[in-house]
Amino acid sequence: MRALRIAVPRGALFGGTLDLLDAIGIDTREVRENDRRLLFEGSGIVTMRPSDVPTYVEAGAADIGITGKDVLMEQPERELYELMDLGYGRCLMVLASVAGPDRAAEALRRLGVVRIATKYPRIASGHLLATGRQAEIVEVKGSVELAPLTGLVDAIVDLTATGTTLRENGLEVREEIAVCTARLIANPVALRLRAREIDELVERIGAV
Amino acid sequence: MSSGGALERTPSGTRDVLPDEMRELRAITDRIRSAFEAGGYGEVYTPALEHEMTFRRAGAAGAQPSYRVFDEHGSVLVLRPDVTVPIARLAATRYAHARPPLRFCYAEHVYRGVRPRRGESREFLQAGVELLGVGGPAGTAEVLRVLCAALDAAGLQDYRIGLGDATLHPTLLEAFGVSERRRDPILAELAAGDFVGADREIHALGLERGDADLLLRVARTRGGPEILEGQPPALHDALAGLRETHALLEPAAAARLIFDLGLVRSLGYYTGAVFEVYDPGHGMPLGGGGRYDDLLARFGRSLPAVGFALDVERVHIALAGEERGRPAASGEDGA
Repeated sequence: MRALRIAVPRGALFGGTLDLLDAIGIDTREVRENDRRLLFEGSGIVTMRPSDVPTYVEAGAADIGITGKDVLMEQPERELYELMDLGYGRCLMVLASVAGPDRAAEALRRLGVVRIATKYPRIASGHLLATGRQAEIVEVKGSVELAPLTGLVDAIVDLTATGTTLRENGLEVREEIAVCTARLIANPVALRLRAREIDELVERIGAV
Repeated sequence: MSSGGALERTPSGTRDVLPDEMRELRAITDRIRSAFEAGGYGEVYTPALEHEMTFRRAGAAGAQPSYRVFDEHGSVLVLRPDVTVPIARLAATRYAHARPPLRFCYAEHVYRGVRPRRGESREFLQAGVELLGVGGPAGTAEVLRVLCAALDAAGLQDYRIGLGDATLHPTLLEAFGVSERRRDPILAELAAGDFVGADREIHALGLERGDADLLLRVARTRGGPEILEGQPPALHDALAGLRETHALLEPAAAARLIFDLGLVRSLGYYTGAVFEVYDPGHGMPLGGGGRYDDLLARFGRSLPAVGFALDVERVHIALAGEERGRPAASGEDGA
């Protein structure tokens, strides 16, 4: 049988994930040395965008995977198991608006609706709904910080590690929605058919 | 308006089936049906349209209809989201005085408003059995035997059956003195497969550390019959049932079992043993079932019951997956 196939996120979680895999004895040298290759049959590692990790794991194209809680929150209907909070890659999902008088609150009071730009429409609309506010969600693909500065929206919902980018763009965090860290996820079929290997991996990670 | 309109497309989540695929699907369905018939299960057909009330009667825990239409009298009809509830209706009305056990099988399309993706359609073919009037391990073992016969007949070689019990976690939480209201968030996290969330909810209860760890450990326990030993005393009855079920099966079927104390099925009407079918040829369960001893009483005929449904399309995908994996057994399978 082939080695467990592990979906590894490129991007902010890439380094921490490779360090973790090294620490539990999975050789990642090949991955570190090849920036363009995506599939590493020897170690079972496949690399991809973090938001693609649930897609591969749900379909069983990867047995297990690592991705951020933000990604999982944005794709809540995925049929996967969330096995572990890996602790690293800690970020905050926040609602932020231009510093000074809160335009979002003013829009809500006078216009009845707050306009929110985000890359996380499910999280944003869920949060606004849960707090009893009417919102118009504007999905953007690039720099979200630009949207409130140009008057496109009243506020943004975005992920921030240190808050530096927000501050540099004159934005202020108004609400903290969730703490997001890296998570270990598993395909439901692999969780049963490859129980021993997955449990062993979980145990080794727990011991790091 | 966009060109290429509704005439060229089928509704989202539905599709046309052309002759090559149809021939294979038909052959699989026929083989599965023959295995059901050989086990003594008579095939029934229930209408694709049922009164909405029929599914209401089954309660919020049952499969919820997604598609509703009005008939000429203004009554609300639904496209059936499963066949278990219609068969409960059928058994209680048309077999009101027949002596149990009753054995029925079916191969019918069901309709659910799911998110379309591979092996998940809004209209899909379920092939299953219902055994009414045989309680406990004897009934469960009988349908597991039929399930293995059907999967063997379909041609699958590498399938396994996960077997658990829907009462395990509620029983354990009750034994730890957790009120019913506070149990629900934990059970919801477990049903969603979110162990991190379950861990958070369990620790929020303020249980002793040992008890909290035990709850999580049980949820993750799966393996051979040896895992049934050394578990908390509160689980004695449920685990004795699983052990007995295992003992009643012939070696070939028993060897297919994976005991899984964390197995939770999405439908809430299960009252005891639950099971799911896994195959390395497909990333999603091929079907599943369990005991639902309280459902028939809702239709006026109280009988213990157990059944399962296989998703024929997924069985087909798994067969193709197994075939693809086989000749490459010596090397790596294609990525």
